[in-house]
Amino acid sequence: MMEINKSWYFLFVVVLLYVVTGFFGLNIVLSSLEFAWKIVVNIIPVFVVVFVVMLLVNYYVDPKTVSKYLGKSSGWKRWFFAVVGGIISTGPIYMWYPMLKELKERGVNYGFISTFLYNRAIKPALIPLMIYYFGLNFTIILTFVMIVMSVIQGFIFEKLEEGGELR
Amino acid sequence: MNEKFKDSVVKSSRSLGNSVPVLAGVVLLVGLANTLVPKSLYRMVFSRNFLLDSFIGSGLGSVLAGNPVTSYVLGGEFLKEGISLVAVTAFLVSWVTVGLVQLPAESFLLGKKFAILRNIMSFMFSIIVAIITAFLVGLV
Repeated sequence: MMEINKSWYFLFVVVLLYVVTGFFGLNIVLSSLEFAWKIVVNIIPVFVVVFVVMLLVNYYVDPKTVSKYLGKSSGWKRWFFAVVGGIISTGPIYMWYPMLKELKERGVNYGFISTFLYNRAIKPALIPLMIYYFGLNFTIILTFVMIVMSVIQGFIFEKLEEGGELR
Repeated sequence: MNEKFKDSVVKSSRSLGNSVPVLAGVVLLVGLANTLVPKSLYRMVFSRNFLLDSFIGSGLGSVLAGNPVTSYVLGGEFLKEGISLVAVTAFLVSWVTVGLVQLPAESFLLGKKFAILRNIMSFMFSIIVAIITAFLVGLV
């Protein structure tokens, strides 16, 4: 039997909410649908750009290469690779945990792992959508602040690990 | 067509396609909330105190999970409802940096202490990032 993706249940519950609301007033449903449709129309063109960037990242970025650079780099370069690796890594986070575990066993410290994980929050493919909703200035500033904070977080974890706090 | 390119098209389509049901649900829910929820409720939840607002935003973003696209749509609508930029930013940042849902997997593979500390720190950092970002955006 084909397994139904869990996310469809959420959509089903929302549709059910609309049906229930319909009993109280069809005009509520119609004006809600009209508002939702406006959002859809506005974000469809942005999604085309999102898809193209996603395609380019998936085509050019190989997780094995990310792993290689994260494992072998040193000094400030390591922070750079942790930041870039986190940004360009695609797919769900849990897919990356085994790779990070392996890197940890090979001597990569928690500082770099936390920086890598923090930068997974910055996704080049989604930047057009962020610009659409929040503007170019906001997107540039937030991205910059997050990169700086990711290195600070990594640095704190490095110090904690050196002090034996994470054992 | 090159095999690698084909794989990338499939991977990208699947990734975007998987978010469609949730995104459709969120957009429909936003539509319903826009009609049913009085605007005064948002003003009641968010106090206009930047520290408290960013705390509430971070809390909300930490509990909710899913594709960042969903958080952008929700965050964009929150802004239109008059919620402060600092609260919305905290919400966006904690959505992607705090992973309560993934915490068991992260604990199991990367260590319990690390996973818990990382999530607590990311929660606090989301507030700091939000305050700095909102301040800098105001300057530009």
